[in-house]
Amino acid sequence: MSAITYVLAAIVGLAAGVTGVMGMLGVGLTCRLPALLPLGGVTLVLDPLAGVFLAMIGVAAVPASLYALGDTRHTRRGRTAYLLFVGAMAVVPVAGNALTFLLAWELMSLASYVLVVHDRESREAVRAAWVYAVMTHAGVACLMVGLLLLGTWAGSFEMTAWRAAAPSLLPWPRNLVWTLLALGFAVKAGVIPLHVWLPLAHPAAPSHVSALMSGVMIKLGVYGLIRVSLDWLGEGPPWWGTAILLAGAVSALVGVLSAIVDRDLKRVLAFSSIENMGIILIGLGAGVLYQAAGLPALAVLGLTAALYHAVNHTAFKTLLFLGAGAVVHATGTRDMESFGGLIKRMPWTAACFLSGAVAAAALPPLNGFVSEWLTFQALLQNLLIERPAVNLVFALGIAALALTGGLAVACFVRAFGISFLAVPRSDAAARAHETEAPPRLAMAVLAVACLALGLGATAVVPMLAGVGADVVGVVGALALGDALVLDVSGNFASLSMPVIAIALALVGVGVVGGLAVTGRGRVRSYETWGCGRMLQTSRMEYTATAFANPFKRVFGFFYRPVPQIDIAAHPASRLFVQRIEYANPTRSLFDDWLYRPLLTGVNRGVRVVRVVQSGSANLYLAYILVALLVLLVLA
Amino acid sequence: MIVDFLAAVVQLVLVALGAPLLIGLVRTLKARLVGRRGPSPWQPYADLRKLLGKERVVSTTTSWIFSVTPIVLAATMLVSALIVPLVISRPALGFAGNVIVLMYLFLVATFFLALAGLDAGSAFGGMGASREVAVAALAEPTIVLAVFALAMRAGTINLGGVVERVSADPWLALAPGHLLAFAAFFIVMLAETGRLPVDNPATHLELTMIHEAMVLEYSGPDLALIEWAAAMKLFLFMSLLANLFFPWGVPTHTTITTLAAGAIVLGAKLAALAGLLAVMETAVAKLRLFRVPELLAGSFALALLSVTSMFLLR
Repeated sequence: MSAITYVLAAIVGLAAGVTGVMGMLGVGLTCRLPALLPLGGVTLVLDPLAGVFLAMIGVAAVPASLYALGDTRHTRRGRTAYLLFVGAMAVVPVAGNALTFLLAWELMSLASYVLVVHDRESREAVRAAWVYAVMTHAGVACLMVGLLLLGTWAGSFEMTAWRAAAPSLLPWPRNLVWTLLALGFAVKAGVIPLHVWLPLAHPAAPSHVSALMSGVMIKLGVYGLIRVSLDWLGEGPPWWGTAILLAGAVSALVGVLSAIVDRDLKRVLAFSSIENMGIILIGLGAGVLYQAAGLPALAVLGLTAALYHAVNHTAFKTLLFLGAGAVVHATGTRDMESFGGLIKRMPWTAACFLSGAVAAAALPPLNGFVSEWLTFQALLQNLLIERPAVNLVFALGIAALALTGGLAVACFVRAFGISFLAVPRSDAAARAHETEAPPRLAMAVLAVACLALGLGATAVVPMLAGVGADVVGVVGALALGDALVLDVSGNFASLSMPVIAIALALVGVGVVGGLAVTGRGRVRSYETWGCGRMLQTSRMEYTATAFANPFKRVFGFFYRPVPQIDIAAHPASRLFVQRIEYANPTRSLFDDWLYRPLLTGVNRGVRVVRVVQSGSANLYLAYILVALLVLLVLA
Repeated sequence: MIVDFLAAVVQLVLVALGAPLLIGLVRTLKARLVGRRGPSPWQPYADLRKLLGKERVVSTTTSWIFSVTPIVLAATMLVSALIVPLVISRPALGFAGNVIVLMYLFLVATFFLALAGLDAGSAFGGMGASREVAVAALAEPTIVLAVFALAMRAGTINLGGVVERVSADPWLALAPGHLLAFAAFFIVMLAETGRLPVDNPATHLELTMIHEAMVLEYSGPDLALIEWAAAMKLFLFMSLLANLFFPWGVPTHTTITTLAAGAIVLGAKLAALAGLLAVMETAVAKLRLFRVPELLAGSFALALLSVTSMFLLR
């Protein structure tokens, strides 16, 4: 029974992917069903931008469903919600009017809520789902108000009409609508400081769902941001782009810094998603700024970089979550300190996870690097905007992106190295076994996709640039080099990933050959040098916590760690230590300085309002009567 | 066509064979500066030869990552040698990647070396890996901003374009923004290639080392490859410093005579930079590990100043 549901979900994903690619290539479809629902009915419109995000659903949903087929122990519960989740996500980008969009959006959120809370016995999951529900509904509230205002002011709830009507709006309504919608979408995209739900909800959900949430659902927040900043409201003032770029820079840095110190493998990946959303928003913000400055070609470049990184992130993050799922399944824990040595017990998973890690650390020749490179090229041309203040914003964006790149390398060295290399750190890790065939196939497909998206950049980027040109409204294709070399902005920068990959392979073979000729090839196996000690155990390995320590010290102002050491000595003498406990937890800036004061304020307000909440049904009926009378009088 | 091929071969050979000499030269100069005779500059070749003839001792806890890493390291450095303008402004693979590709190729090497450090399961390897990636991450923003400062002047970020632009206007190399970027890049070079005051290439005292801690498990030909790759990284970084910031004398078209001239000019510039490095390393002491971020923050400030000066003085 469960197999049928997941096969069905894979088919929905495949259909979405095929439709999406068709949409990207310029096939436009419109489907109106006015009788289906009140307030304008259901409208579905396929345009190139929607196509990109539909294609992403295909990239993620097919492998995730395949994975779920193999991992039956965790996937028996929540089948219907999973199918609904995939279906609703496929409707969001093609929704053509406000009502269809809000319905699909809400259905997507509710279905994912059910999936997060699937493990009802776990306190952690229940709390995560609660935070998720509150945050996501605060976002939906913003979206609902924003879309209703926009619909009213533009005189139509059809999205196609908004762009035409936008220039006639006054600046303040446009800015108000933009702020509301951007906030609503930013919650879903996990933008700092609205991200609090993300590192809780993603690890709590089963792995194939985490993969979809991280791979696709949060991207739909980006989809909304692109629509509202470049399409629905027309061309905006420069502060929109500045806000997006700075939010992206902060998200990228905070995301990767949080990922570096976390011990929970799935939470590391969740924080890394925040980081990558930041990188996408840096590209998008640059695009919006260029558009406001009247440089449409560069606006297309920025938007292309954002879309490309979004697609790439879908591929490698889905892969990483599936890999993490396999590891969690094999060891029964998410704590990295209990892994170790898995590369020998789970060689397939390790190889796939490594390719995902290389892509996520933005290293050549995989896809994450190429889109980060493209984002750099979009940022580096900011000198064409002749305003020092804007240039400085760009310079900070460049620096943030570079630091993020470096820290991401550290983060994934730690995630892969501590989890998969050296000696097992627990019995569970020592007894771990490789996953079944379907999950392995799912991961292998995604690893190949990561390689193909990187090496095939010269095919993918012009296609996405066509989508970007369609959104920005530029006629004519951008020159982006030939089939071998990606050439940005007429010789500003060029890149040829296939040539570099082939050169690396050839030189590598040459080095191996050279070694075979010169070296004598004698190999002796021996134990690791342990300073002369006789015994090498897993207790002597470097731990994940220790690995993160330099970062904790350097960025102490951000982590604000509180070292606690507790030594229990023997009653006879304090020199006989029986037990030492050391902990160095970090504290969240956002919890302490934003959410706790906010919640305290809300609690105080609620206590005031409690006066009217007596619990008496008669009194409530009286309230309804009074409210009705007041409304009638006002009307 | 044949000349272009020749240029590629010259660049490869220059990096592959010149790198150990550069290391040897710095060592000899440092020894002379402190009043020792020191080894001959050719000593690193003898070291490499000896290592190549030895057997490999491989820990039983390691995986394929450990064996692959030395090859990855050598391959990334050799490919980088075809991207950096050494004896010609547009080398063979100059079209395939710019300076950002180059920095990320170096990060690939760092990534695998750090993994190999963790692979053997000893505390030293992990410690070195953790410190190395921390230093590499903190150096990254400075590199990109310094390069951005150059790209702003040249209107391109392709290395060949930058070299040709500054060559066409030689006094540009002495502009204040340019010199600030040079200073920033120089500090980062020290950090990236594991020189004093960030890391001490001569030490084997466990608590102070970064790079040496990661490669502790390597022996024989593997160690030779790693040492060779580290030497090539220093060679490439110093060539970048020499040819990006002071591209005087880098030929823009390829003939056999210009190739020879380019090689001689590069040799002279590298010798000068090696002298500067030796003086620096003799004059300063190693910083405590947790003071290194302050140094890198300083270099970042220099790079940011350089960029801002270009915004304001265009």
